[in-house]
Amino acid sequence: MTSLSPTDLAIRYGFLLLMAGMIVVFSVLKPAFLSPQSAVFILQSVAITGILALGVTATLVVDGFDLSIGAVATSAMMLSAYVMVIWEMGALTAVVLCLLMGAAVGLINGLLIVKMRVPDLLATLGMMFLLVGLQRIPTAGNSISTGMVLADGRTATGTFAPEFLMLGRHRIDFILPDLVPLSVVVLVVIAVLTWVFLELTRHGRVMYAIGSNAQAAALAGINVAGYRVLAYVISGVMASLGGILLAARLGRGDVASGNNLLLDAVAAALIGFAVLGAAKPNAFGTAVGALFVGILLQGLTMLNAPYYTQDFIKGAVLVVALVFTFALSGRSGRARR
Amino acid sequence: MAAQSITVRGLSKAFGRNTVLRGVDLDLPAGQVTALMGANGAGKSTLVKILCGVHAADAGEVRLDGRPFSPSGPAAALRQGVVTVHQNINDGVVPDLDVASNLLLDNLAEGGGLFLNRRRMRAEAERIADAVGLKIDVTRPVAGLPLADRQLVAIARAMAHRPRLLILDEPTSSLSLAEAQRLFALIDRLRQEGVAILYISHRMSDIRRLADRIVSMRDGQVSGLFEGKPLDYSGAVRAMLGHEITEVDITIPPPGAPMFEARGLRLKPEAQPFDLVLRRNEVVALTGLVGSGKSALAEVLYGIAAPEAGDMRLDGAPYRPQRPAQAVAAGVFLAAKDRLINSVIPQFDIQQNLTLPFTARHSGPLGLIRRAAERAAAERTIAAMGVVCQGPRDGILTLSGGNQQKVVVGRWMAEASRLLILDEPFQGVDIQARRDIGRRIRESAFDRATLVLCAEIDEALEVADRILVMSEHTIVGAHRNESIDLARLMAEVAGAADRTKEPA
Repeated sequence: MTSLSPTDLAIRYGFLLLMAGMIVVFSVLKPAFLSPQSAVFILQSVAITGILALGVTATLVVDGFDLSIGAVATSAMMLSAYVMVIWEMGALTAVVLCLLMGAAVGLINGLLIVKMRVPDLLATLGMMFLLVGLQRIPTAGNSISTGMVLADGRTATGTFAPEFLMLGRHRIDFILPDLVPLSVVVLVVIAVLTWVFLELTRHGRVMYAIGSNAQAAALAGINVAGYRVLAYVISGVMASLGGILLAARLGRGDVASGNNLLLDAVAAALIGFAVLGAAKPNAFGTAVGALFVGILLQGLTMLNAPYYTQDFIKGAVLVVALVFTFALSGRSGRARR
Repeated sequence: MAAQSITVRGLSKAFGRNTVLRGVDLDLPAGQVTALMGANGAGKSTLVKILCGVHAADAGEVRLDGRPFSPSGPAAALRQGVVTVHQNINDGVVPDLDVASNLLLDNLAEGGGLFLNRRRMRAEAERIADAVGLKIDVTRPVAGLPLADRQLVAIARAMAHRPRLLILDEPTSSLSLAEAQRLFALIDRLRQEGVAILYISHRMSDIRRLADRIVSMRDGQVSGLFEGKPLDYSGAVRAMLGHEITEVDITIPPPGAPMFEARGLRLKPEAQPFDLVLRRNEVVALTGLVGSGKSALAEVLYGIAAPEAGDMRLDGAPYRPQRPAQAVAAGVFLAAKDRLINSVIPQFDIQQNLTLPFTARHSGPLGLIRRAAERAAAERTIAAMGVVCQGPRDGILTLSGGNQQKVVVGRWMAEASRLLILDEPFQGVDIQARRDIGRRIRESAFDRATLVLCAEIDEALEVADRILVMSEHTIVGAHRNESIDLARLMAEVAGAADRTKEPA
């Protein structure tokens, strides 16, 4: 290994140092921040944004972008509630239907982008607006919970299945009893699978090739359109999984929840560019980015910072991360040539 | 002797270590069309960019009507009467604006009043359009016009400046025959009005139709000036392509059985059909000017485009690929030209660039890549091609151009193929890399058919057993690479062989 200049070191470890510094500051200001319960709370809040962020990472890898993930997640939340509370079906049906919905939205996004040549940001932005409206049509804009009065005057008698709620609420004994939420386990599994897929399989390799030079990838005999669509399907499925976990945690289809999902997930994925100087979308960086956002928000919450201050700081951190990624690592990239 | 509109003396320009122009001397007389020919990298575009104020020269001087001319930028060049119409038509027009606004764009950009007087603009625009014979509603948006009209708008806009020198850079490359005729008629009128015209093209038919003089460029210098009727077209092509005695000795092996056969292949509706047979253990070079159809043939063979007509057979079986993946599966590989656009994955290291088309062959269940096998394959290719690097994990952009080229060419020689097509495999590489790549192409050729596309005849002579010549999208000559009649070959490249084509 050649010795690294200070700039290289800053690019490579800057964000990890920043995260460590943040933990130290929060711990000094609020000693309770270091407790296992606080850590669990952070992980639980990270689980949903982390899964969404891993999905959007797949689209970033092929040089795309998915703005519809937040809306897909809330749609999945409303759909699962509708299936169980109003149609009175089981947990498995709800989960399967939600995942299928996510896959279908991803497929439509992908086809809009690949076949109709709609720019990715616009296609997924349109899909976002469409879903935000669509998910509220069946209940005339109301949240879904057991005992609600339906449009035809009947009362909804279905309930969230206990095994569905476990996904969001159950905790596993780990060192301390009842410590690790099941949703965190789901996040870890998804993160490892995404990492393996992107870094170790030929499919991930090919997707990175498309993101770096799509023309060259096509001339190497790669099905560029197919992999682009696949990336949006992955993103849609992941977002619907996030929505399932959100529904399981809330226990109702809440129209007011999930507003921050898109911003937090995109921030996590973009912060991931800066982790270890990767300068590209990557699963490990995204997971660290999601953790970073989670720690930041938990710390600020414990310091009683209002939501708008949190939004401001989140945005500022995102801008700094983007500077790390594009300005600094880009410069060292040119110097190497 | 016509008045000298522009005189260029000792013009030199380097970008970093790369010297592009080495003392160019050039006269562009008023009222004449000077055709400028040169292969890629000969320095044509740099010369044009200096004349139109985009670049400043390192040394030498340009005089316009006897006065020194060194514009500070494109706008300054335009004000002094040097007008350039670029190859990319949309460089010359703003598609979203209407014709009138486009014609008056330079006036608009230069300021004046705050508000626009629509009626006066329209009258002024119609006057300008009329001056170039453009009959069209000036209130239409440019985006809705056919390509030729857009180009005429760009030229009309330029003409409003009463130019002394008009530079046309490959103006007919996207025009139909009829559209080109309109452009030629306009050029004839401008010539009569005493404008000096610099016409850059690879199309011999355009040059025959228009040129009063031909200047050939090669390696950043003027390599030939041809004046006086009749013009020596093949001399001009020879001066542009050059030819030194090569040090490479080709021993032509006995060719094997036919591997690829095409019958009645037609690449464009108006092109002549041709037959093509490529054999095992045979390296065939296809040469011809830029735009002669070499890359169009490669696209047909590789499944990027469909031919207008014709049958293709590969190893005896019908072959009609719909996309590159099918061609690769059938064993037809294409190492594309312009590596930074078509081949290099900039974020990848050498190893990942090498194995890109064949990741499936280096991966196990679930598509997991077998790293050791991949690395071993990469190291084999690096050794075989003589890539100079620290190791297979070096970033591709850390390599020199020649070594990058070895990687993207070696990518397609790592696996066995039936037909290997190499489009400009020696593009932008030094002489050593060129020899290395050529040697590797020949020594690995025994089990496949090999087709090398190259504009430079030297390269064809260094690598091929047989040389085919392409002109106007058809094959016009075939030569066994032994004591070749170079004069005839050059004449075929120039499209002058036994053809007496009158200006249309």
